[in-house]
Amino acid sequence: MRVLPWIYLTAAFVFIYLPVGALVLFSFQGGGLPVPPFDGPSLRWYADILGDEDLVAALLHSLAVAGGSSAVACTLGFLAAYGLARHVMPGSALVRGLLIAPLTVSYLIVGLGLLMVLQRLGLPLSLMTAGIGHVVINLPLCFAIIYASMGAQQQNAERAARDLGAREWQVVTLVTVPMLMPALLAAFFLSVTLSWDEFIISFLLTRFDVTLPVEIWSLLRSGLSPRLNAIGSLVFLVSIVAVFLAELLIFRKRP
Amino acid sequence: MIARDTLKGWGFVAPALLWTLAFFVVPFVVMGAMSLATLEGRTLVWGFSLANYAELAQKAYLWRAVLVSLEITLTVTVLSILLAYPLAWIIAFRVPPRWQRLALLLAILPFWTSYVVRSYAWLLVLSREGVVNKALMTLGLIAEPITLANTRIATVTGFVHFFVMLLTLTIFANLIQLSPNYRRAAMDLGANAFQTFRHVILPLTLPGIVTGAFLTFVLCIGDYITPQILGGNNELTVPQVIMVQLGRRADFPLASALAIVLMGLVTLAYLGCARWLRLDRI
Repeated sequence: MRVLPWIYLTAAFVFIYLPVGALVLFSFQGGGLPVPPFDGPSLRWYADILGDEDLVAALLHSLAVAGGSSAVACTLGFLAAYGLARHVMPGSALVRGLLIAPLTVSYLIVGLGLLMVLQRLGLPLSLMTAGIGHVVINLPLCFAIIYASMGAQQQNAERAARDLGAREWQVVTLVTVPMLMPALLAAFFLSVTLSWDEFIISFLLTRFDVTLPVEIWSLLRSGLSPRLNAIGSLVFLVSIVAVFLAELLIFRKRP
Repeated sequence: MIARDTLKGWGFVAPALLWTLAFFVVPFVVMGAMSLATLEGRTLVWGFSLANYAELAQKAYLWRAVLVSLEITLTVTVLSILLAYPLAWIIAFRVPPRWQRLALLLAILPFWTSYVVRSYAWLLVLSREGVVNKALMTLGLIAEPITLANTRIATVTGFVHFFVMLLTLTIFANLIQLSPNYRRAAMDLGANAFQTFRHVILPLTLPGIVTGAFLTFVLCIGDYITPQILGGNNELTVPQVIMVQLGRRADFPLASALAIVLMGLVTLAYLGCARWLRLDRI
């Protein structure tokens, strides 16, 4: 009975790490197929993808969309959280509900709705339209994280600043934002991770310039390849770094 | 004075609210209207027609997709809970406290792989020459490689992998909040380990389980990538059929109707577990 939990734990970890392990291991494959036996290690596939212009362009597009949409989502989320937490507003429960609502709808439906509106209006698809979609899905999350971290402690500091003659914009920029910085950055990095990984909205709302997941998707049609392993491993690495930054910031706040 | 304060509040909320209205609510209304429109030849005719919904009930490949989606989603939800609960339990109560955070972090780390990459990685593992087949043949359990990729088994495996990590997190959060006094009290009153679990721990962690299950349901039933990459084209789920309507035929009215049906299924799931849901505590 004593060993049973440890056997289960080991089995669970094998299951959880099997795909990631195979992905990373065979990205160092020497030959042309990412299946056993392993004949590496070799860095040729990493050299291969870093020399591929389309892939590097897609990577830069992804970073731009993730950074841009997350900055907008964080700013809008912060302003809304500040307004709702610091001002007396009738119907604030309804507003909060509306801001959170996109969380309950699948990405496919968000993308489909936006696509139809853009087509009706005759607007062209671009990285910008994909970014607009990413703000829609990340705004609820940013708002929720920032709203939850607005406590009485900051409110006292804000009151003190106001009593000392600070104007509203000074209170916000000099007191509230610095005090909320950990929550703001956590929301930002979480949002970056989600946007960086997002496929379906980018797929529906971009045309000529595409993001990395969409590029990977089109490469997938030609089947298994160590190139895809190398790209996938790099994508994973970026996500992990962003998550670690978010984690670090969230947990530094409450030691 | 209060009125001015309120006005200022609206000023701060306005940008986010307008964004949500313009890029979420309006598209949603358009989608609803689109599901009631029809295509005549290639031209779109707005109106109030239930033809798309009728087509959905009549054409086998459409309602079959709804059934396939429901079957896969329910299988995934149940399997994920059954696998994640013991894992969360072990991390919460068996792993020494100083290793707990690390164990949890490691258990959910691959959660952050992009879903396109994660599905590809499973394709790699499950392919005919892949790790699983090689391992089974080396162990002598099978003589020939078995077909795992491009089947429902592969889709379910890919999904379960993802949701076990998500559910481990939500159930762990629930278990760790329980005061050890509940267990001690139950034991003192003569309950054995199973009775303690069945009558004390399980009811107390039910909100966490149901919240996780609801999230699983919502994310699983709306996902296009996992069944598309891992499931092959033997059977299609609702999101796959939606994408077929968009791509091949540009049939936006029918795609919209399917999306509304998808929303309907999520709403039903929500009503089914609303009693235990704690969405504000995610």
